[in-house]
Amino acid sequence: MITSSNNPILIIASRFLTPFIQLFALYVIVHGHYGPGGGFQGGGILAASIILLRLSLGTEKSEKVFRRTWGIPLGFFGALVFFSIGLLTMLFGGNFLEFDELGLLGFNKVGSHFYGILLIEIGVGIAVMSTIVSIFDNLSGELDGD
Amino acid sequence: MKKTPLIILIFFAVALIYSTSWLPNLGDPQSLHHREHSPIGSQVAADYYIKFAGQDAASPNIVTVILADYRAFDTLGEIIVILTAGIVCFVILRKNL
Amino acid sequence: MIEFFLGHQLYWVVSLLIVVGLYGMLVKKNLLKKVLGLNIFQSGIILFFVASASKRNATVPIVEATTKIIDSSQYINPLPHTLMLTAIVVSVSVTGVALALLIKIYQKYKTLDEELLLKQMQ
Repeated sequence: MITSSNNPILIIASRFLTPFIQLFALYVIVHGHYGPGGGFQGGGILAASIILLRLSLGTEKSEKVFRRTWGIPLGFFGALVFFSIGLLTMLFGGNFLEFDELGLLGFNKVGSHFYGILLIEIGVGIAVMSTIVSIFDNLSGELDGD
Repeated sequence: MKKTPLIILIFFAVALIYSTSWLPNLGDPQSLHHREHSPIGSQVAADYYIKFAGQDAASPNIVTVILADYRAFDTLGEIIVILTAGIVCFVILRKNL
Repeated sequence: MIEFFLGHQLYWVVSLLIVVGLYGMLVKKNLLKKVLGLNIFQSGIILFFVASASKRNATVPIVEATTKIIDSSQYINPLPHTLMLTAIVVSVSVTGVALALLIKIYQKYKTLDEELLLKQMQ
């Protein structure tokens, strides 16, 4: 359990910076198409914003942003998004993760690749973010006694 | 420090420097993994990816297209690796065993 | 001779980083310093792969969307960058599990020194 910091400058500065860091991380995930970025990078930055809140405000007050019990289930939800894209292509008659077959939904060949990559990157970002935050929460848990 | 780790470290450093002197120069455009065709005649993968990734996926970023379109199965395995690490951290540090 | 030196100096610097990581893992007595030595080792390996993918007079692998015929000697090799993203994630996972094991060792034996631990375990 991390206690809250005594310094008001630290508390105010971290509360001010966190929305901008999260917006930048979302930008990095979604713009993985057009420039450098992607799922793993954006997930790391998003995890860093939540760890900043945990370190400066303490574990009790930052529970409102991201609960401790949400860590691992949200990680598996990200993996489920990834897997369901693969199963969706199998549903339309192709192999696993073969994006050409998504054209039956109404896209042309290039558009189906576009949307497949976008959904995969979002799933990867969610999974990586929640797993890194849950590793940090487990490592900073209760230290008293055995 | 003691003798045995020092000998191991010096041997390792000499082995690394000797074996990297056989590698091609940095940035040589004619080295084996930058060419178009390998010495047997088959296509080199990196060259194919640079030439055709922009057309196949309508996306300018080649690294994301490789990671999520050509080699998506490796990314799935990667997600499983990091989820396993998260579960192991939870299981080791439980309190009621 | 000059060309050999300029073309290979990166590999010597990376060898230095790998030897520093190996020194941290072998010689230091505290278990936490050994884990950090492992992390330095992994960073050296990742740097080696990413830097060996460069080409002379070439730019980052982000192509213009309009050109149809792409000259592949203008862009650097994108394949090691992709594989090293996986390696970075593996490094994070290994460090997380190693630190969890260290917390359990400290809770049971109340020390993290290697020689005291070996004495207490016998």
